[in-house]
Amino acid sequence: MCVAFPGKVIEIDGEYGKVDFGNGTIRDNILLSLVDAKIGDYVLVHAGYAIQIVDEVEARKSIEIWNEMTNQLPEEKKKQDFNEIVGGES
Amino acid sequence: MNTEYLSLLKYYRDPRLAKALKAKIDELAKKIEENIMIMHVCGSHEWTITHYGIRTLLPENVEVRAGPGCPVCITPATDIDDAVKLALDGVTITTYGDMSRARGNRMSLEEAKALGGDVRVIYGVQDAVKMAKREPNKQFVFFAVGMDTTAPATAFEILKETPENLSFLVSYRYTPAIQGSVMESNVLGIDAFISAGHSVTITGLKPYYEYFLRSKKPMVATGFEPIDVLMAIYMLLKQIDEGKPKIENEYTRSVSWEGNIKAQKVMDKVFDLEDGYVRGVAIFPKAGFRLKDDFRKIDAREQYGLKDRSKTKDEYIAGARCGEVVMGLIDPPECPLYMKTCKPEDPKGAPMVSQEGTCWIWAMHRIVNVSPRCKR
Repeated sequence: MCVAFPGKVIEIDGEYGKVDFGNGTIRDNILLSLVDAKIGDYVLVHAGYAIQIVDEVEARKSIEIWNEMTNQLPEEKKKQDFNEIVGGES
Repeated sequence: MNTEYLSLLKYYRDPRLAKALKAKIDELAKKIEENIMIMHVCGSHEWTITHYGIRTLLPENVEVRAGPGCPVCITPATDIDDAVKLALDGVTITTYGDMSRARGNRMSLEEAKALGGDVRVIYGVQDAVKMAKREPNKQFVFFAVGMDTTAPATAFEILKETPENLSFLVSYRYTPAIQGSVMESNVLGIDAFISAGHSVTITGLKPYYEYFLRSKKPMVATGFEPIDVLMAIYMLLKQIDEGKPKIENEYTRSVSWEGNIKAQKVMDKVFDLEDGYVRGVAIFPKAGFRLKDDFRKIDAREQYGLKDRSKTKDEYIAGARCGEVVMGLIDPPECPLYMKTCKPEDPKGAPMVSQEGTCWIWAMHRIVNVSPRCKR
């Protein structure tokens, strides 16, 4: 039952904090101290506590590898925002 | 530069990428020729696979089965009975929503609530702590179910000093031991494993190493987006094709070899591992969490004398085949009760109760056919 959702830490109060899951969902009283999260970090939240800080660099790497692997580079427009996201010229 | 992680997620559902991966999977499957059985051990993976129709994309000789990855489904009936007994005796039981609806041998916690028991659904252990502090003249029990992903938060609260009127009925299970046992047994004829991404986030890949050394079965730790799962299937087939089984990590943005060490340390301070029963299946060695002796005072089993019992007493409703569904031996439609007397709105067995249960997921997606099985 290990559903975990990524959300952004927006407030920290001691060991707990507020996490914004997007689409207007904000939850309070999330335990953050098992991952040492800072404000602005993306964390994976499961049953009221953060199990891990999401590694954005790794997420980008995966996408890059997939695109290389599948030789499915998106068309021009998509290529631009892909570069922007994966950290090419922006 | 856009650095919003959430906006990255659209790439994890990119149909073009999926198509390209499917082509690669087909190519490998053709090359391998043999039937390949892959097992995952997480309800969330089952949801992704079913919801995005991944089974329908796979070639004929590749199959993904759902293994024991739903905490509500594997929680022993006797543990639910204990919680029900306490609720009827006037103790306030706090637990997760799905758990309150699963039936033990007598009834579910929800039914106990209908009979006047105080059962409260909470989101996390902090809520139980808060409630107990707010109502000091009531006795509270937190019915703690889940896997190694859920256990650290409870351990953390216990170490932090919980209120005196709160005790814990612990029924946590340790995924590496469960998956490891399945890896080493050839009963199910599984060739390769997709590991539960969030459980591995906590435990790391390290605990799986000993099982891997003995079984030499390919395994990949995997995320929960459709591309994650397709990628994992591709990686497993590649390992099989090359004849080099490995432990691989597809979910690099969350999983590491060591795992979340802080969470592990907290767990080690509070829990010991003992043999754990998986409901309707078997007792798995070293698969259950038990509170250490130092925490006897807050162990509900000690406090309320819930010890003498046969752990494996299971009474499913006549004809139900929940245990076989949990182990991936059969598909839900092969159970005679599926969608007849056992439905999501009126569940009879735990796999139809929980949103992680294979039956619930299949029912919600209106699946009434058995998946094409390449071998038994």
